[in-house]
Amino acid sequence: MTNFIVWVVWVLAALSLLTSGIAVVLFQNPFYSALALIGNLASLAVLYLLLAAEFVAAAQVLVYAGAVVVMFLFVIAYLGGRADAPWAGRPGPQSLAAIVAAAAIAVEIVVVIAMKAGDQLSTPAEIEDGFGSPAQIGQLFLGDHLLAFEVTSIVLLVAAVGGVILGSAVPRESRS
Amino acid sequence: MPGPGVAAYLILSVILFATGAFGVLIRRSPLIVLLALEIMLNAGNLALIAFARQTGTGSGQIFALTVMVVAAAEAVVGLGLIVAISRRQVDLDVDKLTTLRG
Repeated sequence: MTNFIVWVVWVLAALSLLTSGIAVVLFQNPFYSALALIGNLASLAVLYLLLAAEFVAAAQVLVYAGAVVVMFLFVIAYLGGRADAPWAGRPGPQSLAAIVAAAAIAVEIVVVIAMKAGDQLSTPAEIEDGFGSPAQIGQLFLGDHLLAFEVTSIVLLVAAVGGVILGSAVPRESRS
Repeated sequence: MPGPGVAAYLILSVILFATGAFGVLIRRSPLIVLLALEIMLNAGNLALIAFARQTGTGSGQIFALTVMVVAAAEAVVGLGLIVAISRRQVDLDVDKLTTLRG
């Protein structure tokens, strides 16, 4: 019975994940695309919860839906959110090539996974109660993965400095 | 009846990744290209977390969190570039932004 509920939640989350993903790509107005991305990220968070990754799900909602998408919305509002029609006035070959390339990527990944994984994908491991909890994530981050943790902070610092520099540089001709 | 296995999540992740790749290829607005890039990164994250659940080790989740940070940094720099480009009165169209082309 529990598994049935899990399947129902999974199917709902998967459907909303795929539709919102396609909506992000196909909406003409970037503003609507960014809003659809919120739905995409929220359904991903549901899937993370099903995979016993509570902390990552929370971080997903906070960092992505909370911070990154808001930044996108600010920039889109600042730039006026001009619509660009993906199909209008564009001849077929480019769209067709894009579809073929995307399908080729998907098929390649499936073939490689199927060849390499074999039957290792059938049974998930047994996990204890605290799996994916903030306590376990913190222990891993400050234990096994301390270097990644520290490098991450430097990456964030560099990105922040870069964002300020890129945002404050005014082109010479428009300076008064 | 067993719950959804890792294969189900992987198929979902592959479809999501292909959607993002399609968006990067088809769209001309750099804003939507960035959004599609976020979709691709999230598809990778979903696969990582599915494998973390499969193997019962937390390292996959750590990797996913690191990817999340890198995605945030990428969004900051990408949006900064877009704002800087739009200040120069250039059309926001990745086909027309060819000044840096070698």
